[in-house]
Amino acid sequence: MELDPEDVFRDEDEDPESQFFQEKEASKEFVVYLIDASPKMFSSTCPSEDEKQESHFHISVSCIAQSLKSHIINRSNDEIAICFFNTREKKNLQDLNGVYVFNVPQRECIDRPTARLIKDFDLIEESFIEDIGSQNGIVSDSRENSLYSALWVAQALLRKGSSKTADKRIFLFTNEDDPFGSMRISVKEDMTRTTLQRAKDAQDLGISIELLPLSHPDKQFDISLFYKDLIGLNGDELTEFMPSVGQKLEDMKDQLKKRVLAKRIAKRITFMICDGVSIELNGYALLRPATPGTITWLDSTTNLPIKVERSYVCADTGAIMQEPIQRIQPYINRDVMFTAAELSEVKKISTGHLRLLGFKPLSCLKDYHNMKPSTFLYPSDKEVIGSTRAFIALHRSMIQLGRFAVAFYGGTTPPRLVALVAQDEIESDGGQVEPPGMNMIYLPYANDIRDIEELHSKPGVAAPRATEDQLKKASALMRRLELKDFSVCQFANPALQRHYAMLQAIALDEDELGETRDETLPDEGGMNRPGVVKAIEEFKESIYGDDSEEESDSGAKEKSRKRKAADAGDYDFVELAKTGKLKDLTVVELKTYLTANNLPLSGKKDALINRILAHVSK
Amino acid sequence: MARNREGLVLLVDVGPAMHSVLPDVEKACSLLMQKKLIYNKFDEVGIVVFGTQETENELARDIGGYENVKVLRNIKVVDELVVDLVKRLPRGPVAGDFLDALIVGMDMLIKMYGAGQKGKKRLCLITNAACPTKDPFEGTKDEQVSTIAVKMAAEGIKMESIVMRADASGDVDERIIEENDHLLSLFSTNAIAKRVYVESPLSLLGSLKTRRVAPVTLFRGDLEINPSMKIKVWVYKKVAEERLPTLKMYSDKAPPSDKFAKHEVKIDYDYKVTAETSEVLAPEERIKGFRYGPHVIPISPDEMETLKFKTEKGMKLLGFTDASNILRHYYMKDVNIVVPDPSKEKSVIAVSALAREMKQTNKVAIVRCVWRNGQGNVVVGVLTPNVSERDDTPDSFYFNVLPFAEDVREFPFPSFSRFPASLKPDEQQQAVSDNLVKMLDLAPSPKEEVLKPELTPNPVLQRFYEYLELKSKSTDAALPPMNEAFKRIMEQDPELSSSNKSIMDSFSGSFEVKENPKLRKASKRLLRDKPSGSDDEDNRMITYNANENSIDTVGDANPVQDFEAMISRRDGNDWTDKAISEMKKRIVKLVEDSTTDEVDKALECLLSLRKCCVLEQEPKQFNEFLNHLYELCQEKKLSHFLAHFTSKKITMIPKSEAADSDVADEEAADFTVKQEPKLET
Repeated sequence: MELDPEDVFRDEDEDPESQFFQEKEASKEFVVYLIDASPKMFSSTCPSEDEKQESHFHISVSCIAQSLKSHIINRSNDEIAICFFNTREKKNLQDLNGVYVFNVPQRECIDRPTARLIKDFDLIEESFIEDIGSQNGIVSDSRENSLYSALWVAQALLRKGSSKTADKRIFLFTNEDDPFGSMRISVKEDMTRTTLQRAKDAQDLGISIELLPLSHPDKQFDISLFYKDLIGLNGDELTEFMPSVGQKLEDMKDQLKKRVLAKRIAKRITFMICDGVSIELNGYALLRPATPGTITWLDSTTNLPIKVERSYVCADTGAIMQEPIQRIQPYINRDVMFTAAELSEVKKISTGHLRLLGFKPLSCLKDYHNMKPSTFLYPSDKEVIGSTRAFIALHRSMIQLGRFAVAFYGGTTPPRLVALVAQDEIESDGGQVEPPGMNMIYLPYANDIRDIEELHSKPGVAAPRATEDQLKKASALMRRLELKDFSVCQFANPALQRHYAMLQAIALDEDELGETRDETLPDEGGMNRPGVVKAIEEFKESIYGDDSEEESDSGAKEKSRKRKAADAGDYDFVELAKTGKLKDLTVVELKTYLTANNLPLSGKKDALINRILAHVSK
Repeated sequence: MARNREGLVLLVDVGPAMHSVLPDVEKACSLLMQKKLIYNKFDEVGIVVFGTQETENELARDIGGYENVKVLRNIKVVDELVVDLVKRLPRGPVAGDFLDALIVGMDMLIKMYGAGQKGKKRLCLITNAACPTKDPFEGTKDEQVSTIAVKMAAEGIKMESIVMRADASGDVDERIIEENDHLLSLFSTNAIAKRVYVESPLSLLGSLKTRRVAPVTLFRGDLEINPSMKIKVWVYKKVAEERLPTLKMYSDKAPPSDKFAKHEVKIDYDYKVTAETSEVLAPEERIKGFRYGPHVIPISPDEMETLKFKTEKGMKLLGFTDASNILRHYYMKDVNIVVPDPSKEKSVIAVSALAREMKQTNKVAIVRCVWRNGQGNVVVGVLTPNVSERDDTPDSFYFNVLPFAEDVREFPFPSFSRFPASLKPDEQQQAVSDNLVKMLDLAPSPKEEVLKPELTPNPVLQRFYEYLELKSKSTDAALPPMNEAFKRIMEQDPELSSSNKSIMDSFSGSFEVKENPKLRKASKRLLRDKPSGSDDEDNRMITYNANENSIDTVGDANPVQDFEAMISRRDGNDWTDKAISEMKKRIVKLVEDSTTDEVDKALECLLSLRKCCVLEQEPKQFNEFLNHLYELCQEKKLSHFLAHFTSKKITMIPKSEAADSDVADEEAADFTVKQEPKLET
């Protein structure tokens, strides 16, 4: 890990939430992706985002490819396996027909995802038909049952790892809602029974089976035909199961993304509403900036990680200091000393609870009342019975009345006032968009807010404002540049994408680095549409006039430069430079020369002098 | 005075009406002085009080008038005296005229610095503005104030007035207050003058900007609508966390005789191949690596440079969208403000046109920003309009960072509507809740809003500086208790709650909550078994609770309570074991010196131990102990105890109660009659 001295000295305790994304060894997951590769998966299609028809197989594979990438970035300790069934070729330890476990060299069948796996899996569609092949594996005559075999293989793969410390899951992708539908009744019953038994055996071993069904555009995937028994749903859950079965690629990706990540409570919070009513909430970090991860220092000859040791050394004696070390604050000609314990005592001002203070209308929450990402709150009756009911009541009232709660939250350093904003559930075809609950927004203190507006006011001088015509042109422009269906976080972080593409390329010894698309750039095609260009031109003209000189610069900067240049005339720099007397001038005086000659002003005095000397000697 | 120094004159009303709040004024002012001593120790400060018996100022001496205005300190560089001075402000008997004081203060600033001086000149008036001002010799008060304000603006003096509006008691004259409000507002129209009304000691502490930060732009450049239409803007931080000062580490290793000791501490980093060797790698022998799956990928600085994501400085507009598309909780960071370049009039107009139209139509703009050239990443954010209410302030935008796809962790949560009725409020409960949300009101009207972030000081900073001041006087000063004023952010306002007592009572009456003791223990176990991201947090919170009542032994008096308290401690993993072994000892002791009433106690303890061992899923511990106890009783011929034992039906913990047990259900029941229980391994 790279140690940053700044960081070491930070007075704040590390925010535990920032560790939220970093997994610990103990809670790891074993996942088997089970993909139906029957001919039906290739022949059925549904529309993708750009209105192209995509086969179900393609949808499944690209979902998994994306999921693998998020595994390797966020949860690289998880072990995964990819297994196709209904294949022509077979490859599995049990040597069962119609099941093909996909893998790459230097990797066990179920193992942590590697760069090679991701790379090869990305290309699998090109070679699939040739190398693996698609073939219906459920044959009534020979009593072949590839679904049964696939579950068996998956279960065998998941034998790895203790069931106590790991979550084990099978994700099953298929578009066949009735796999044994075409069989004779007796065969069908038999196959259904054995397959369900196989699934149940797996579940008894602590493996959960999750179904990601694909529907035909004209025919919904009917889960009640067969799969409800396989994944063990009953009455109520059945209606709850996926409000709409995935049709679009995007929906499917969303579904998988949501389900692959196990839900983790960031913190438990006691919410004190009033005397006698304290309820239990769970706080979740739903939004936290993803980073490229920490730097590990390696030995450049062996590429093995090296050990970084930090030591505190007394500057006077060279003795090694033991932690905790005393701290000092210079204050009025002396140093005031604090012990580490005293400092932490200063910061400890609250019990860590969330205390309701009152309510305000939503208009009181300004756009600049924000410090860091919010925390999502959802009630729990696990420890305090009645929490959910009280929470729902407040939640409804707050939405109804358009108010937010102001509360004091002691769980951060420093404790902060927070705004609790009730969020109603928002659902779309693809499932839940916004979960119901409250978002805790961390408010700044007076000390944290800066009055920039005041800095830019000129008392008594009215600031220029737009005229009616200019407003009209602005309005036209805004209508033209309307982003339809904009949703927050639709963009991938180009820097992060690039970073991982770079790691993948280096890991695989590739010379070429695939282009990563920067989705955050303005849509040039859209911007160049005549209507848009015209609206922009009109707005521009209304503001800047016909004058092509849009920079109507009042020239303040130029003037001041010139004035400074005149000041510099007080000294004969050439003479001073020759006689080596530049060092007698002050930095400010030196800078006047640099400014006058448009040279950089950065650096220490020596650097400035050298720069002047270099310039003079030209 | 250098460019970045400030000359400040504090004008404090010490008249009778102010006496009750003066202690808080003293606190606020001393904090201001303290921070100047730490961060801006070349700033200069003068102090003027008004409403005093005495009159002592240059204007009174030279031209007369200006009575009851006393200069406590002429403008000079802050020193240790100034903190003490503002901490002991005099109490005056006269209702002071704030206009007189303002003129005295302005005069001091002008005489000290003159008009040509660069730097910042500031007047800070603290008053309740409830006392009448004198009529001027000529013209109206309005004209007089306008003249002063214009002069102030011309001299480049900024003014800040903090007006105390604690509970308006009966004896204040509404007319005077109105007039004074009007006069103060005249300052704002003619000079850079800010006016805040504070209603509590808390907002008084928050109203005084104690830390002066020179605002620095983090971006100056183009807001690009398209390549041909650009608006010149500057971007500043609008919100940035003020932290505690960075304290230096101190070494006491140098001998006391060493007068030149610097007492500094250096941090050394050693890069070693393994922990054991003393061999240290030189900087060029190491290379940065990033984790990617199971591997750590080394990247040389050259590779990094050629392959990394490259950016070009600039703000590019992506488009506009409805404000409702951007939910408030998506704001990711502290907030920036985008103001038009003040020297470009056309840019000011362009921003004004967009901001006003956005506000009108409830739209926001989505922009992509790179603040510096070569910056390794981009941000996508939202511009929201900040339409100015003041004529002399240009319109601007607030900028908030939005999350990228990678930053989002969407988990599905059950819909509230799908919950069973038992978890949902009924109509009556909903009505009670509606009432609470309506009545526990912190903003009855925009003017009366309390707990505004803008006026709420940071309690930790306040406490630190108070402590620092105490410590500078005496090294072993105790940490001062939390300032009373901060109760207002840490607890409900007692006045508000008592006026809404019936509503609060009906809320707590309607929503019964109770602890779920059984599950609490079980979930605790879960937590321990599966360490997840939540652990640190939990431990921290619980440590705090445990400090309050840390029970670490099972005492004589209340063994059962002690034991149960101890076993529920969560500030370490070994409390369960400790508690169990303590309890065992206690029981053995009770059994050994058993008299008749001790037997009941011992049984009680044993029952409690059994209960907890089931909850904690520690059946073996109990079963083994029970065997041990059984043998002990037989050995010592304590048959009367054994008899009770049987009568209370204390059995071993069978599999059905705790999965880890290897005692079958039948066996457990048999135990009490068995003479020679089978020993478990």
